[in-house]
Amino acid sequence: MAATVKIPTQLRAATGGVSETSVDGATVAEVLDGLFVQFGELRERIQDEQGGLRRFVNVYVAGEDIRFLDGVNTAVPDGAELTILPAVAGG
Amino acid sequence: MAAEKLKCKECGTAYPLEARYVCERCFGPLEVVYEALDADVAALRRRIQAGPGDIWRYADFLPLVAGPPGPSNHLASRAGLPAGWTPLISADRLAERLGLREVWVKNDAANPTHSFKDRVVAVASARARELGFAALACASTGNLGNAVAAQAAALGLPSYVFIPADLEEAKVLATGVYGANVVSVRGNYDDVNRLCTELSAEHEDWAFVNINMRPYYSEGSKTVAFEIIEQLGWELPDRCIVPVASGSLFTKIHRGFQEWLDLGLVSGRLPTMNGAQAEGCAPVANAFAAGQDFCQPVKPNTIAKSLAIGNPADGPYVLDIARRSGGSVAAVSDAQIRDGISLLAETTGIFTETAGGVSVAVLSELAGRGEIDPDERVVLLITGDGLKTLDAVRGSFEAHEIDPSVAAFDAAFAQAVS
Repeated sequence: MAATVKIPTQLRAATGGVSETSVDGATVAEVLDGLFVQFGELRERIQDEQGGLRRFVNVYVAGEDIRFLDGVNTAVPDGAELTILPAVAGG
Repeated sequence: MAAEKLKCKECGTAYPLEARYVCERCFGPLEVVYEALDADVAALRRRIQAGPGDIWRYADFLPLVAGPPGPSNHLASRAGLPAGWTPLISADRLAERLGLREVWVKNDAANPTHSFKDRVVAVASARARELGFAALACASTGNLGNAVAAQAAALGLPSYVFIPADLEEAKVLATGVYGANVVSVRGNYDDVNRLCTELSAEHEDWAFVNINMRPYYSEGSKTVAFEIIEQLGWELPDRCIVPVASGSLFTKIHRGFQEWLDLGLVSGRLPTMNGAQAEGCAPVANAFAAGQDFCQPVKPNTIAKSLAIGNPADGPYVLDIARRSGGSVAAVSDAQIRDGISLLAETTGIFTETAGGVSVAVLSELAGRGEIDPDERVVLLITGDGLKTLDAVRGSFEAHEIDPSVAAFDAAFAQAVS
């Protein structure tokens, strides 16, 4: 079970410039943990002290915001795309 | 008060005044910080009053490095469209109807493209030119697209406007007419916003006014607060009713009041801030009612499409300001929105779009519940024009179709004139 994780430009300093990586995991939490194994610096940037996502971090599985699904317990199908993006205000 | 740096609202990390909008350390939003202004209050007031009749009279409080663009915005289109300095109208008949003493309507439909978005776009596009961008772009619920397309045409820049596919026709037409590249995205605004956030990383020579230019863009909304103070004779209102979509306008109006209080340009206390949402898209009002300090996103379903942002990034700040100021964030139904549009039109002669109907309906509800002291000075913010959302009033009255004769008129109006 592997997902493609897309890294936003603002986090690429913590990934040595890598914009996309393949990570094993069946849920968003597992994929993020796998991502933090690859790039240790990412953890403190997108996770808060309690282990949840920081409040301006949006995570999407196949284009859907995980807050409409099961949050970090959302299932990640094999080959799915997981996107991390900052929340942006202003319509 | 020259802009000094960008600073993360969450963790305080500082960044240079570039096209960046998010903190690399914690993903928090960045905001412009200014150098302390060393001028006496009387001199500052005189400088403002001697300024142009648009937002650039407040250039001391806006994030341009080289100062306002051009000597006369009214005469030179290449200096950009003249946004702001819209009327503040004493709405006596509306106040009377609601049992209040003093209600003022800030009519921001009186901007070049008929919404408050001309303010933010003027600032974002001026800063984009300073930074050397080649094109303007935005994710829009409609009004912003109109403003970006028109501003780009005035400045002679190409533009790319991304909108949800179900937008009102008037807002689509009033974007394309300026020669913009209109991109209709199959999805809601939050899908459009996500796409544009990704695209802004791929097109680094484009100024997405509400993404990579967001810290500059949002500062433009402070000018609403400055104008209200100046138009009230350098006084503060007691209360402001402001529609909430992403929450940016609400938080920046509050910041505008705060900045002038801090400088001593005005005295008194911060106004009570009331946010207005539609029930069909009320993530901030829901969080307010539940006592939460974060917003659970929703899938919008409301006639107030300009407020249809289900994932409002400034929601936490709106909640904080509403609570600290003794205000609230409330939601109203589509039927109340229609009634609000009619009430404003019939008592003030101002025809607003659905977002304005939301503000009027919330004011009406607050007044009806006795939550507003009758002696308060209330300012109601009208952000856009009713001609862009005609569907909202379709069927609300019937025209009298008659033959061209006096008898036919008399027959049709027999009851009315007898």
